[in-house]
Amino acid sequence: MNKGNLLAGFLGATTVALVVIGTVWPAPSAAAYAGAQNILASSSTPEAAVRNLGSEIHARAWEKAYASLANKAQFTEAEFVHDLTGYYPSLLTYSALDKFEVRPLHASADDAEMELTLHWATVVGSSVSTRDLHVVRNGDKWEAEWPIVKEPTLPPQVIPVNYLRWDVIYRGPGDDWGAQDVEAPHVRIVDMHPVERADGVVILGELLNEDVVPAYVSVTATLLSKDQLPIATEGSFDKISHLLLPKQVTPFLIKFPNVALSGVGSIRMSPVSALIAASADPVIEIEDEKLNPAPGASLTGQLINQSGQIVNVAHVLGTFYDQSGKVVWVADQYVDQTLLPQNPVAFQIHIPEDLARNVSSQRTVVATYSSGGSQ
Amino acid sequence: MRSRTPFLLTVLAFAAGHLAFPQGASMSLPRTVEAGKAFSIQSTGSGTATLYIVGLGQVLKRNVQLGGVTVFPPGSLCNAGHYLAFLARESSSESGSFDVVPESRPAALSFLAKPSRIPVGIHDGITGAVYVFDAYHNLMTAPTPVSFELSNLSGSVQQRMVIAHDGVAWTAMDSTARQGMDRFVARIGQVSSTRVVGQVPGDPCGLKMNARQMGPLVQLVTDPVRDCNGNAIPDGTVVTFTESYKGAQSTVDEPLKNGTAEVQMPVHTGATFSVASGVVMGNQIRWEK
Repeated sequence: MNKGNLLAGFLGATTVALVVIGTVWPAPSAAAYAGAQNILASSSTPEAAVRNLGSEIHARAWEKAYASLANKAQFTEAEFVHDLTGYYPSLLTYSALDKFEVRPLHASADDAEMELTLHWATVVGSSVSTRDLHVVRNGDKWEAEWPIVKEPTLPPQVIPVNYLRWDVIYRGPGDDWGAQDVEAPHVRIVDMHPVERADGVVILGELLNEDVVPAYVSVTATLLSKDQLPIATEGSFDKISHLLLPKQVTPFLIKFPNVALSGVGSIRMSPVSALIAASADPVIEIEDEKLNPAPGASLTGQLINQSGQIVNVAHVLGTFYDQSGKVVWVADQYVDQTLLPQNPVAFQIHIPEDLARNVSSQRTVVATYSSGGSQ
Repeated sequence: MRSRTPFLLTVLAFAAGHLAFPQGASMSLPRTVEAGKAFSIQSTGSGTATLYIVGLGQVLKRNVQLGGVTVFPPGSLCNAGHYLAFLARESSSESGSFDVVPESRPAALSFLAKPSRIPVGIHDGITGAVYVFDAYHNLMTAPTPVSFELSNLSGSVQQRMVIAHDGVAWTAMDSTARQGMDRFVARIGQVSSTRVVGQVPGDPCGLKMNARQMGPLVQLVTDPVRDCNGNAIPDGTVVTFTESYKGAQSTVDEPLKNGTAEVQMPVHTGATFSVASGVVMGNQIRWEK
């Protein structure tokens, strides 16, 4: 037998042995995710109780998680599940808990305060939510009290909506050559400049729909070297509000990773616009916007849906200006809660610390998506 | 030696002619034929032959009696272009060519008008290009006068007369100061083609809002929003209301409805309300109540 066959036989035998060991004596976490048992068998400490709860939420073991709560008499299991995954379809409805962190805030012999940070993996990236849990001793074990946030229920009603709606009829395939078609919306880049960041070049700007019809917009940029050769082409992807009503302005941000600004000779911008059927509804009010200075610089505020339509996903885009009115940064946040009519929902957009001191003013726009199509 | 040269040339010429037309067959082709019109080809000689006419995507074949006239009825050749004719017999053939030209009278216009939607008051903002065709869709390359006319319901009319060269004529017109659907007509004689150009309002001008208290809220209402030519800005246009107070800010993007935008915002003493639409700023109101 040569050395190759010997090695293959050894690897095969080792694999079989490891499979047998893993099956007979599984790791606690694997067993928990397989539904066999909790990762931590005992809630002998406040932290362990909250960790158990986090693991059960991670495994979507709602029944076990609900059963482990100290204040479960205050709400039903369905309300507990809806509190975590949303009462109406939202980003959280189609997400999974990626990981969680537990941080003790305060502890005594009979109760404790723990902070549970949940990192949800959503279709648009990570979404983080934090809950402060009161944990109480019950005999020899600890139980968490879930700070339930009950979604306000909408009273049955009829809300008349008479906002404008645009539909588009394009020329048909049977039309003669030269037959007139509807014009694409006229859009204009009203501001644009590149910024060098640690991870590459970023192009910031604003795009205006100067037409009288709604536009679906996107922006593509091509960096050209000093001898006018293309370096790279990137698009704004979701760092833009793709639907612009007449005279509406959206910021955009385009990233060019691993590119140095010193090597860029010029930039070719390509705004794209297309006619799109759209509605002027819903109208979202952005209330109590505040620029919070560093450390932890951010823009916070509340979204209030002034229309009757339920907004399933809201995308908040903030444009940050310096004292001269120049755009210094564009940042965004997806709100993971449904926007119910007249129900304020908070948002928080983080601003890079090094840029925060240059920010003098800001402007916020909200792109909304309702189930059944984008609005 | 000098006296034998003409004789040799005569013999060569005779021999060459005998090779090309062994039976003395030939045909007489027209130089041009108007598209769709009847035409005829006269042949000489005796016996029978096959006449082929080969053109752009089209071949005609006729068995002809040499010495007679072959008549092609109207509609035989409709596509303008260069055609080859071959008169073929078993042992010889003759070829020639002729052109089919467009009809002298235009029958159709392809009118490209751009844009279909334009703000008012743009100099040379509307362009129209006309391609002139005959009844068989042949591009008419002969110089042809084309009349362009842009008119609207208010009675404003712009006219241009342009000579089409190589089948195409184009012009540029100004958008007027009044919004509406303009008729853009290109005409040659009785043949015309019409396009509709929507003239839409420009940017808002003199944007102004008023404020009044309604309980814990302030109601902000704009005056009817118009452009600098007095045209009403269309409904759906976004008007942005902003309230600034104590380092905080509230914003609403409100579409125009019935020509005005209206919003209710919370009352904060010392707050400043501002209004804008696109890149146009309106007035500011400072709330001291």
